[in-house]
Parts: sequence; C-alpha cells; structure tokens
Amino acid sequence: MSTVATRQAPPEVAPAPAVPGRRRRWTRLILPVYTWLMILYFSLPILVMIVFGFNDTKGRLNLRWQGFTLNWYRELFAISGLTTALRNSLVIAVISTIVTTVLGTMIGLALGRYRFRGKGAYDLVIFSAISAPELVLGASLLSLFVTAQFVRGFVTIVIAHVAFSLAFVAVTVRARVLGLDPALEEAAQDLGADPWTTFRKITLPLLAPGIVAGGLLAFALSIDDYVVTSFVSGQVETFPLWVFGATRVGVPPQVNVMGTLIFLGGVTIAVSNALLARRQRG
Amino acid sequence: MSARGGRGRLTPYLIGLPGGLWLAIFFVLPLLVMLSLSLQSGNVEQGFRFTWEWSNYTDAWELYSTQFIRSVVYALIVTGLCLALAYPMAYWIAFYGGARKSTYLFLILLPFFVSFVIRTASWKFILNDEGFVLGPLKDVGLLPQDFHLLATTTAVIGGLTYNYLPFMVLPLYVALERVDPSMVEAAHDLFASRASAFRRVVFPLSLPGVFAGVLITFVPVASDFVNSGILGGTQTTMIGNVIQTVYLSNNNYPLASAMSFLLMAALLVGIFTYARVLGTEQVMEVSQG
Amino acid sequence: MSDQRPVDPALLRGMTMPRISRRGALRGAGLLGASAFLAACGVEGSSQDDAPQASGFWASQTKAGQLDFANWPLYMDTAKVGGKTVHPSLQEFTKETGIKVNYKEAIQDNDSFLGKINPSLQAGQDPGWDLIVITDGGSIEKLIRQNFLTELDHSKLPNFQKNSSPAVKNPAYDPGNKFTIAWQSGLVGLAYNPKLTKREITSIQDLSDPAFKGKITAFGDDTDFPTMVMIGLGIDPATSTEEDWKRTAEEMKKLRPQLREFVDNAGMAEGLSSGNAWISQAYSGDIYQLNIGGSPDIKFVIPKEGVTYWTDNMAIPKNAKHPLDAITYMDYVYRPEVAAKLVEGIAYITPVPAAKEQLQAQAGKASGEARQALEDLIQSPLIFPTEADLANVKRYRALTVEEEQVWDGIFQPIVQS
Repeated sequence: MSTVATRQAPPEVAPAPAVPGRRRRWTRLILPVYTWLMILYFSLPILVMIVFGFNDTKGRLNLRWQGFTLNWYRELFAISGLTTALRNSLVIAVISTIVTTVLGTMIGLALGRYRFRGKGAYDLVIFSAISAPELVLGASLLSLFVTAQFVRGFVTIVIAHVAFSLAFVAVTVRARVLGLDPALEEAAQDLGADPWTTFRKITLPLLAPGIVAGGLLAFALSIDDYVVTSFVSGQVETFPLWVFGATRVGVPPQVNVMGTLIFLGGVTIAVSNALLARRQRG
Repeated sequence: MSARGGRGRLTPYLIGLPGGLWLAIFFVLPLLVMLSLSLQSGNVEQGFRFTWEWSNYTDAWELYSTQFIRSVVYALIVTGLCLALAYPMAYWIAFYGGARKSTYLFLILLPFFVSFVIRTASWKFILNDEGFVLGPLKDVGLLPQDFHLLATTTAVIGGLTYNYLPFMVLPLYVALERVDPSMVEAAHDLFASRASAFRRVVFPLSLPGVFAGVLITFVPVASDFVNSGILGGTQTTMIGNVIQTVYLSNNNYPLASAMSFLLMAALLVGIFTYARVLGTEQVMEVSQG
Repeated sequence: MSDQRPVDPALLRGMTMPRISRRGALRGAGLLGASAFLAACGVEGSSQDDAPQASGFWASQTKAGQLDFANWPLYMDTAKVGGKTVHPSLQEFTKETGIKVNYKEAIQDNDSFLGKINPSLQAGQDPGWDLIVITDGGSIEKLIRQNFLTELDHSKLPNFQKNSSPAVKNPAYDPGNKFTIAWQSGLVGLAYNPKLTKREITSIQDLSDPAFKGKITAFGDDTDFPTMVMIGLGIDPATSTEEDWKRTAEEMKKLRPQLREFVDNAGMAEGLSSGNAWISQAYSGDIYQLNIGGSPDIKFVIPKEGVTYWTDNMAIPKNAKHPLDAITYMDYVYRPEVAAKLVEGIAYITPVPAAKEQLQAQAGKASGEARQALEDLIQSPLIFPTEADLANVKRYRALTVEEEQVWDGIFQPIVQS
C-alpha cells in the first residue's frame, strides 16, 4: 500500500478521477468489450474451419454452405496425397521432437547450471537461433545441402526441424533449471548419492515439467512448420506444404476435418497439461 | 551452484556438446556457407565458384529493391497495428483480468493451435470474392460487384496482422502484469488522471514488453511469405517469396544467398538501432524470458 | 567499478606492454581460416559427364508392374465413377499390361518441377518419377544438355515409329528422338468468360482494357507471360534479343496493374472457374476440360497477334526405378485408338494423325449430341491444325544457360512483383 498517501491524505477516499458516475461505468466497458471482440476475431477462422468441415459440397468449390454432412469425417483418408503428407508430418515431428528434447534439455542444463568458457558465445548462438527469421534458417540450410550435394528429403527436413527447435527447448528447460532449488540435490548428495543417481532420481523428475513443455513446443513447431521445410523438403510433402499447394486450387473439406482434429488434439493436451500442473501445485 | 570436483569441470562441456555441435553444424555453418555462396558466380549446370562476386549484392538490390522495401514497410505497418490492437487487450487482462487471467490468455492463444497455413487458408476462404461474407454483401448491394479483398495489399496486411498478434500480446501482457498496481494507486493519490497515470507510469514500465513484442513481431513479418503467397496478388510479393523462387526455380544460389544476407543485415541494423534507443539490456532480457 | 585502490603495478605493466594477445592470435587465425574456407567452398556443376548409356542397359531391365507418372493438370482423360475421379485410359493400360500407374499432377510449371528433381539427378539418384512430361523451348533442352535423361530404346517403341506425325519425329531439340517422344502439343492463348467480360476478346491488346483491371490472371513462370507480351509487341520470341526483352519488360510493367495475380496451371483453372478471373492466359486444351468440368461458359481464343506453339515431351529421367514400365506406356499412347481416346479427353494436338480417322469412324457410328461433340473435335483447329494454321505460330526462345540468367534478371522481378 502506498505510504505516500498517509502524508497527504486527500479529502475524498475514492482514487478514481472525478467524473460523472454514468460515464465512468460506460467507459469501463470499452476495454472488456474490445477484448471479447478480439477473441472472437481470433476465433473466426477456426470456427469457419470447423464448420465447413461439415459442409456438404457438391462440386469442387467449398464456398457456400450447402448442407450438413459427416462424409468428410468418414472419407478422411480419401485423398492419398493428403494422407501421405499428414503421415510424413507426424513421423518427422515425432523423430525431431525426440532428438530436440534430448539435445535441448542437455543444452538447457549446461547453460542454466554451469559457468564455463565459451558460455557467452553459446548464449549468443542460442539467442540468434531464436530470433533468426525462419527464412534465413531455411535458405542457409539449403545452401549447405546444395554445397554438400546432400539430396533434400526426409533426412534434411528432420535435421532442419531439430536445428530450429533446439534453442526453444534449451531456453524452456533452462528457465526451469534456474528455478530449481539446489538444496534438494545437495541433500541427496549429502545422503551419499553419486551424481548420476542424483540426476536420475532428483533432478530429472524436478525438471520434467520443463522438459515436457519443451517437447510439446518442439512438436508443435515441427508439425506446423512451412517456411523452413519448403526450402529443404525436396520432393517430400508435409502437411503444411500440401495445404499451401491446395490453396491454389481450393482446399478440400478433408483439410478442414484434419485441422479440426489436430486443433482438438492440441487443445486437449494443453488443457490436461494445465490441469496436471494445477494439481501438482495444489 | 554446488561446487563440484574435478569430474564436474568437464560436465558442462560434455552435456552441452551434442546440442552445441548440432547448432554449430546446422545453424552456424550454413550461415557461413550462405555467405560464401553469396560471393560466388556461375550457373547451376557448370557449377559455382568463389570469385568475390560482389555484384550479387548490387544485383539483388537493383532487381528486387521494391520487394525489399515493401517487406520492411509491411512489417512496420503490421507491427504498428499489432501494437495498437494488442495493447488494450493485454492491459485489460493484466489489470482487470483477476482470477480468470489465464483463461483469457488461453482463449486468445487457442486459435493458434491450428496450423498456420490452415489459418491463412481459412482467411482466403472467408475473404473470397463470392464467399459467405462478401457474397451476401454483394447480393444485397452494399458492395460493388467487382469488389475483392483477396489479391490486395489489404488482405496480406490483414493476414499478417492476424497471424502475428499473439507474438505481440504475450510480451505486453507479461510486462504489464509485472507492473505493481500500487504504483498506479500512488499516481492517483498524487492527483494524476487515468490518462496521465497511464502515460507516465504504466506505459514506461511496460516498455520492456513493448520492445520484446516489437522485436519478435517485426522480424518474422518482414521475412514472411506465406500470407503473401496465399492472400496476395501482384504487387504484394514480399522478399521471402522472391528468395524462395530464386533458390528453387531459378537455381541462382548466389543471388538468392546475397538477398538473404541483405535481409538479415537490414533486420540486424533495425534491431540494434532500436536496442540503442531503448537500452541494450532489453535485448538480452528477451532471451532470458 | 570505482574502487579507490592504487593501481597494481603488474596490471599497469600488462596494460601498457604491446603483445599479441591470445585473443588477437586466435582472431587472426580465424580470419585466415575463414577466408580459406570461403574460397574453398563451391558448388559442383550439375552436368553429368557425357558418358554414353551402358549398352546393356535396356536388356537388363525387367517390368516392375509399377509406373510413377508425373504430369500436368488437366492432361489426362477423366471420368467420374462413384464420386471419385478416375482416368479411363490409365485403367485400361493397367488392365492390359498389369502395370499399376501412380499418376500425379505434380507439374505446375517447368521451372519449379525441374527445381525439385534436379538435385536428385545431379547426385545421380532416383528422382522419384519414371515418366515426366516437360515442355520444349528451354526446359527439355536443359535436361538433355545436362544428360539427365535415359536414352530410349526405339526397338521398344514400334507404335511411335509407325504412327507418329512427321512434325514430332526428329525434333530440333532432340535429334533422332534419342531421349524424348512427344506427348501432346498445344498453344498458349487467352481464355475468358464472355458472361463476365460482356464482350469478345480477340487480341493481346484487350488485356490493357481498363474495364478488366484486376480481373486478369497470367502464368507466373517467367516464360509464358513475357513470351505473350513479346508477341503482342510484334516480336518473334524465337529470334528475340536482349533489347527486345528489355522492351517487353517495360510493356509488362505497364500491364502489371491490370493483373489480379500471377498463377500456375492449377491457379488459372481455379481463377476462371470461380469467376475471380474474367480473362486468363491459358493452354489450349485446358479450357475443354474446364468446360466439361462445370464451367461451360469459358472460351479459348487465339489472339490475332499470334500464339506460341509448344510440344510437351515424355521422358524417362536417369536412374528412374521402373524405366521398362515407362517405355511400355510411352509406346501404348501411340496406338491410334488410345491417341483418339486422349484427344476426346483432353483436346490437345495429338502427335498421332491416325487418331483423326479413329474419331471420324466413331462419329460415323454415333448420333445426336455425341456425334456433334466428336465432329467439333475433328474440325477444331486447336486439335487438328492445318499446315496453314501452323505456318504462323511462334515458338519459345530457347535459352543457353548464360542467356537464362540475363532473361531471369530482366523478367523475374516483374513476374515476382
């Protein structure tokens, strides 16, 4: 509370400026209404996507509402190119998430816990990797692969995805590491545990939420990536690449359905993550 | 940090090595290779050789200065729009959100669980000339028959603003949330009006968030090309589209590399000028979250 | 930092003595190393050596029962069976030969498709396709020049020998048909929707009509639109010079505000059928498929200034996985009945003149609407052009690799605007 007030206590108690009551109430509404309108604006494309996944389109054009149908949910895998692309995306995302999480956690530990020569440079590299535009990341990787005559495909996509996700996971884990109470580990060591056991039984479980968060982030970054992938994909189609190509001819309703399902999946994970966190705390 | 013995001295190097190596080979090295490529000449059939070909840079500017400038201009406009649109939201949630703050944030971030490309494709759908928004408006006569939003600058800027708003909301919210409400009360106790309390207390305190938000919005928007590719037409092409075409269709790797570096240089100059204005500590603070 | 202790003499000594600090030495070494590294970097040229194909190559091939076929959109006969789109001629091919066809409309324009397969070809690897269809006028020449194609065994192409038109035998870009045989030929003209334009379109000059501002689409590869504008200016693209290109570029910049967007093949179809575009640059046969596919109003027109005539060619990339299956298909389409079926389905200029008799025979047996449709096909100069028609067509400018860089430098910035 403000200690200043005690010296110059003004006659009125209310801190609000002196304006007529009704106007004050009305202006109070502007911000919340605005915020809600913005939330609606954000949701508009999502609602459209979900709703038009149920559209009973007769022709190729999915433009106006033509009736409700669950067809597209049933024929989800009718377009083979789309199914292959989705499968590619999932496989790539899983692989790159695993690699990124392991390597990124290690980086996060190193940066958050130790001081060592070259840490400043390391920090700078991490910072650059986060703030570098994806365009530059993709273009430079393409330059590397072209020079090394490394044919672009599945492998190059995974390499690229790990490269741009590493820094994000590292930063996430580092934040968690910085928040860890060293007393817990010291206690374990005092009780005779060697460093590896300490790490396995104390540090790792404590870091787990950060690692999981990092892993989820890596997965989301990988499965949604368009820019970097478009440079290094060669002939492999991933889901975002396929959808981008489809926007020229008209996006089939299956894309709406898949988008809806991915969306619901992501929401479920996020909500359960939050609920778990709340339960852990409380 | 607990004191470790001799074995511990190596630990940071060991655990930092694999990740560091990956970044060294697949982040730092590619940048150097691209730098080298940008000074090469030749063609894709006979090969490229390093020849200090500075003309790649001058050519890149001569041929595509329009697209470079356009990308920067769009980025400035979009960043400004995002700042203006995001601030009131972040302010309200931070100060008046109460117990439901995280819910509001969640609702704002929710749509962004959908793939970026799908979101933009949905906007293409919504803005379609004869779609369910413009169609009925045209039928009723509120809009002329040949009105179209797609393939215009408006559509591209709209798409960019939509896609990058959360990048602005989050840092602003975090910074505003840290502002101690008692500061605002103190200002009021000193007879400041709401407006001047905001102007002289809240806004300056939120500057780190503004800085972070501007930084993480401006850079990606300037190099974006998805929005332009899906929603744009002629005269809306951004430098990203050009770089991609020159790399993948023209196979003119030196020219494309030179363009990438020009873009990076422009962005870096922008960032550091901005950092100077607001204080260099902010720059590193961003990465430490 | 502002302690008041006296300065340590050792520190003072250290600060004032010149020396090569370790950091300085590292920096120097680093710079040297970096320059050496930069200079050592280079990109290998893509041209494969001209080693002739191993003589036993074709003898050692066996049928795999699978064909990966990359083609352009709207370039194969289609039919709707139970809501799904199928290609009858491909189905019949499979029935007869047992070869399953993995047919993908993966080619939207030559440059970006070549951009996708070049890296594999350069590295001597399988590019993922057994059969590709590439246009002349630069692109097919590039593949031949870089030795990226499998040599054809003409003993396996009897139908080609027997039935192909002299126009496609022994073309200038592939003497002796060493690597390619024609798929279809066609014209680049304009397509429009008369209901939206409210008048006839007859000339490239119509594109400048302010009434159509923002309603026109043109192809976004940097070949088709410049070539059309060149023809509009009265320049023959095949013999054009750099001066001509610069003049054309100026004209293109003037036309650019008239365009809604630059599109690829699929984008052209979408723009016209959705009505977002009233006029578009188009390939002659595409409109036929658009008409039967739900947009009957769209018309194709040959501008009076002239058209570009191109030939798309079937080729087998080097290191393709199933070359024998590919060459089997290549010969299959030179059977007159098959060629006739393709004409019916895609309405392009067929390389098999005997297809005309096939269609005439069919027309004789048909009646009513079906007969009329067949007769229209037979009469159309877009499908069976006469010598006179072909005398006036223009060709693309075939560019050497150096000229291509100049061309790109002039036209790419405008098309990428």
